[in-house]
Amino acid sequence: MLIGKQLAFRYPHHNWIVRNFDIAIAPSEVVGLFGPSGFGKTTLSKLLAGYLTPTQGQVTIDNSPLPDRGYCPVQMVFQNPELAVNPRWRIRKILAEKQPPDRFLLNALSIHPSWLDRYPHELSGGELQRVAVARVLNPATRYLIADEMTAMLDANTQALIWHMVLDYVRSHNIGLLVISHDAALIKRVCNRAINLMQVGTSR
Amino acid sequence: MLSVQDLNITFTLYGRGLAQKQLTVITQLDLDVKAGEVVAVVGASGSGKSLLAHAILGILPDNAQVSGKMLFKGEPLTLNRCQDLRGKAIALIPQSIGYLDPLMHVGQQVQRTAQLSGLSRPAAKAAVDRTFARYRLAAIVQRLYPFQLSGGMARRVLVSTAVVSQAELVIADEPTPGLHPDVVTETLNHLRELASEGKGVILITHDIEAALQIADRVAVFYAGTTVEIAHAQDFSNNKIRHPYTQALWRSLPQNEFIPISGSQPTPDALPDGCLFSDRCPWVTQECRLDRPPFLQVRGAPVRCIHADR
Ligand code: SF4
Repeated sequence: MLIGKQLAFRYPHHNWIVRNFDIAIAPSEVVGLFGPSGFGKTTLSKLLAGYLTPTQGQVTIDNSPLPDRGYCPVQMVFQNPELAVNPRWRIRKILAEKQPPDRFLLNALSIHPSWLDRYPHELSGGELQRVAVARVLNPATRYLIADEMTAMLDANTQALIWHMVLDYVRSHNIGLLVISHDAALIKRVCNRAINLMQVGTSR
Repeated sequence: MLSVQDLNITFTLYGRGLAQKQLTVITQLDLDVKAGEVVAVVGASGSGKSLLAHAILGILPDNAQVSGKMLFKGEPLTLNRCQDLRGKAIALIPQSIGYLDPLMHVGQQVQRTAQLSGLSRPAAKAAVDRTFARYRLAAIVQRLYPFQLSGGMARRVLVSTAVVSQAELVIADEPTPGLHPDVVTETLNHLRELASEGKGVILITHDIEAALQIADRVAVFYAGTTVEIAHAQDFSNNKIRHPYTQALWRSLPQNEFIPISGSQPTPDALPDGCLFSDRCPWVTQECRLDRPPFLQVRGAPVRCIHADR
């Protein structure tokens, strides 16, 4: 179980971005998170993935804190894949960062073998996002946070990626947090959803 | 107002020594926009949406060869004419505030755009005041830097840049990336208003739902070609013609959420015949012979030889 308990975050001398926030995600559960801009959704996901350290509160997996070095078992996929990959590495190397890419997975994501020898800027946004997704779908990932993962993609590519990710998280018992503005998407893919307008993050 | 017919764009890439490679990035692309109309251009990234905008604005790179017809108000859009009209009769609403100068007050920048379009200094100043008031941007916003704008404010400032130039044709390139639905609707409504005032509006987007909120017609791009130009109501009336358009519609989460597999071909590996043939559920031998011409089916043009089935 991934648990964020009484999470609070602010930069020194600034207002609270997130405050008193509780969340629990079980393995193989798909949880949606939505609410207007300015509710700290991206800050929350960074706290859960260990990119930021909470000012107060704690993030644990099965009662242990997140490891502070090495591969984090909580991985994120953002809206803009260009920011998530090393621009000077070829796709082959990006994919092999954790383990050699699984041929079946590449196929399912329609990642063409000819892409492997290219650099990130030689792929379109939709192609690169598939690479970013393939990179985090590996046995060391136990929880996945999809922060507007397909907001920049056409509907067909969006559905293609989601089917693949949902199949993968179900068969590997991964817990998934879906952050999106798209109510229809949340309704379609999630078991339950958290509305930040109701629970609040900073009151 | 604007008519693009059979546009082809090829890039010449220079390799080592004398080796040259030709990459065809746009094949038989068509689009037309009338005054008072919003035409959405919808497709995946890499489908040629942005290249079309660059061609209309005359900002393609030097190694691009262009053939086909581009007419603006009946006259050919030559490179010189593109450059003359850009920022005046034809304006771009950029994708993000990244296009603004980060070190200059936004009011000053919008005013500069107005002056570049040919207004005198006082007239430009008045146009900025009027436009900011129209978009509920308080006078104080003029004195902010781009990074100080909220998401919704930034959208309204970007729309203002096109409005002060008094353009007749407005091109909005992905104006709603990852925004909250309320801001998306507001931005789209602003574009719709511009069309109601008689401008022609091209809305470039990957988001078919956003397009359908305001467009009169929807041009669907795939692998650098126009596969169909549908009327907006054709989508919900079950009249869309091309199998790719149908796949886009069917794959929306509020519809069936069923995608077709595979990916768009890259310019160095385009299939023979129909550009969609390697993914098409209806493909036949005949599809692989020639690029399909535009056929009129159920009242709109489509590049598919089996669309009337
Ligand atoms: S021409 Fe043939 S391959 Fe192309 S879209 Fe139509 S049926 Fe499919």
